[in-house]
Amino acid sequence: MDKRIATLAEAVADIPDGASVMIGGFGGSGAPIELIHALIDRYLATGSPRNLTIINNNAGNGHVGIAAMIEQGMVAKMVCSFPRSADPRVFTDKYLAGEIALELVPQGTLAERIRAGGAGIPAFYTPTGFGTDLAKGKPVAEFDGRSYVQERWLKADFALIKAETGDSLGNLTYRMAARNFAPLMAMAAARTVVQVSRAVEPGGIDPEAVVTPGIFVDAIVTVPDPAHEEDLNRANAHHPKVTA
Amino acid sequence: MTAKLTNAQIAWRAAQDIQDGAYVNLGIGFPEMVARFQPPGRQAIFHTENGILGFGEAPAPGAEDWDLINAGKKAVTIKPGTAFFHHADSFAMVRGGHLDVAILGAYQVAQNGDLANWSTGPKGVPAVGGAMDLVHGAKRVAVITDHVTKDGKPKLVEACALPLTGVACVTRIYTSLAVVDIKGGHFVLREKLAALSFDDLQSLTGAPLHLDGDVAELIVPEV
Repeated sequence: MDKRIATLAEAVADIPDGASVMIGGFGGSGAPIELIHALIDRYLATGSPRNLTIINNNAGNGHVGIAAMIEQGMVAKMVCSFPRSADPRVFTDKYLAGEIALELVPQGTLAERIRAGGAGIPAFYTPTGFGTDLAKGKPVAEFDGRSYVQERWLKADFALIKAETGDSLGNLTYRMAARNFAPLMAMAAARTVVQVSRAVEPGGIDPEAVVTPGIFVDAIVTVPDPAHEEDLNRANAHHPKVTA
Repeated sequence: MTAKLTNAQIAWRAAQDIQDGAYVNLGIGFPEMVARFQPPGRQAIFHTENGILGFGEAPAPGAEDWDLINAGKKAVTIKPGTAFFHHADSFAMVRGGHLDVAILGAYQVAQNGDLANWSTGPKGVPAVGGAMDLVHGAKRVAVITDHVTKDGKPKLVEACALPLTGVACVTRIYTSLAVVDIKGGHFVLREKLAALSFDDLQSLTGAPLHLDGDVAELIVPEV
């Protein structure tokens, strides 16, 4: 078994129009920029994939990563907790123009819905959101004298995530707070594609240190020295590049 | 208008109630300032939603590592004892009652403890982040805020007019004029600035202030 794929283009080649795609990252930390940009490049070359539902904590920043996908018109709907950033204009303009849908989910509920999706739990109860606009229409139940809101699992067709080290079996470690949603998304997607900064042979990761076991991973592509969304935005980068 | 506390002074006052060893989440923006004013000899352990426990202060400019940020997307540092974890574990800490205190900002707080701090209405792009989770998890949910809005309207109200973040969740409010507890569906005045009479304070508060024992003088150093 070897889950390694040679190129970014191959890694994102089978994502179809209308797919739901979980994308790891919290702000720029953990954002799989190279995988996202490979998907944009495919769209610019072929017109596909479009009409995507993207699941991420945020809704893009600047003109790279998820913001660039939205800017190119690939995204029909965002599922996120906080569609604001240092420069959220791409999402904001499309949202206010009615050109993109938004499902706003409290951050912990978003994480737990994804975890539940990966763990085979179709619904759960949480105190979060009880009595608020974000719980409207959802079943409510009382347990031990306290009220809780029923939330449903969240799964996706694909997950695109970034990890630090991966072996050919798909075992992963992450770098600091870049971990965030990635281990959950890896569990909840039908096909999980990972960009790793460093590829090793099986045995190259201490079994005690594995964060995401390879069973949750389908494909690995190596991207040494990945770009960081925060650095790109500080340099006012665009994808695709714009010529002044 | 009577002199009032600065934001830093409100944060200082809130910090005095954080015990040694407490696990603490500070909301993004103004509440982050509370971390600066830990009393000598006490060490709180700060939690951030994006998966760090026990992080240190901001790095020097130029030394940022953008994989090491807080929920406000600001760079932080690691120190001995820092731990990383994924988002579901992070919110298990929040919802599971493992945090001792969460300190958050507010648009409005109602006398029953309802909090509105995520939306100013249907205009614009809504964004909630982790606020709705935090208000239902921490053992103690405190608010730090100016006592009134920029145009002088009470922020402590009978009932929130703005969309709620959580129901009956706040237990203490540190304002620019006073410290107010929420007890039995009422505002209970604990401390106020000495220069301010009870009636003055009541006139700036949107629901009755109750008395339950002595009202202490709210004394905060220049910070």
